[in-house]
Amino acid sequence: MKLGRRTWLRAAGTAMACTLLPLPARATPVALAEAMAERYGNRPRQQGKVALQIPALAENGHSVALAVTVASPMTEADHVQVIDIWSEANPLPLIARFTLSPDSGEASVRTRVRLADSQVLTAVAALSDGSLWQGTAKTIVTLAACTDFLI
Amino acid sequence: MAASAFGRVRLAVPNPVAAGQVVTIRTLIAHPMESGFRRDAKGQRLPRNIIERFECRLDDALVFRAELQPGIAANPFIEFRLRATRSGTLHFRWQDQHGNHHEAQRALEVTG
Repeated sequence: MKLGRRTWLRAAGTAMACTLLPLPARATPVALAEAMAERYGNRPRQQGKVALQIPALAENGHSVALAVTVASPMTEADHVQVIDIWSEANPLPLIARFTLSPDSGEASVRTRVRLADSQVLTAVAALSDGSLWQGTAKTIVTLAACTDFLI
Repeated sequence: MAASAFGRVRLAVPNPVAAGQVVTIRTLIAHPMESGFRRDAKGQRLPRNIIERFECRLDDALVFRAELQPGIAANPFIEFRLRATRSGTLHFRWQDQHGNHHEAQRALEVTG
């Protein structure tokens, strides 16, 4: 088959457009709310106890330091069982889920996350008494992750 | 099964530690954590390849677990706490989405 100039240009244009399409559709606060509803049902989430720390300004969304601490004695009777980290702007709402135990001693976890855009992150802690507590942190991302391309 | 992409592991475990002390354990493993949301120069989607699970056990007891999603940065760094009550061996285990796993051990010596 002979590739005419027009055919070639059309194909090249399509390829270019595909590459530039932001993929996939990012999570929205609505998608986040749905994911959280699926995870927690209608259990109330109280504000407090959970301290989520991320830099207020992240130059690069590929790797952003995140620290979460929950005020808890971490005893057999009263401890944090699970901490979930949620995003409202990444392709997937859930970033990570940490499972702790009374052996943890302190409910404090640090990691590095990818952020596709400026957003509010939410950490939700599930305690051994069945209660849910949440804390949030806002960050502005100047160079986003997830929608980049290999050179 | 897809080839594993685990690289070098770096661990920081205080040793020895006093009984009852809460210690900070830092772990890092080299891994691309390819999110599955990126495309290469030809427009082909790069297949997802991530570590899905990290676990730390003291002997047989699970003391910490992390379930990771593509939102965790490449070369996943995870820091957590552990109350040192008894000596033993800490077993660290990373498992990717294909079922491959990588393990490392460190002695934990509790004094007093």
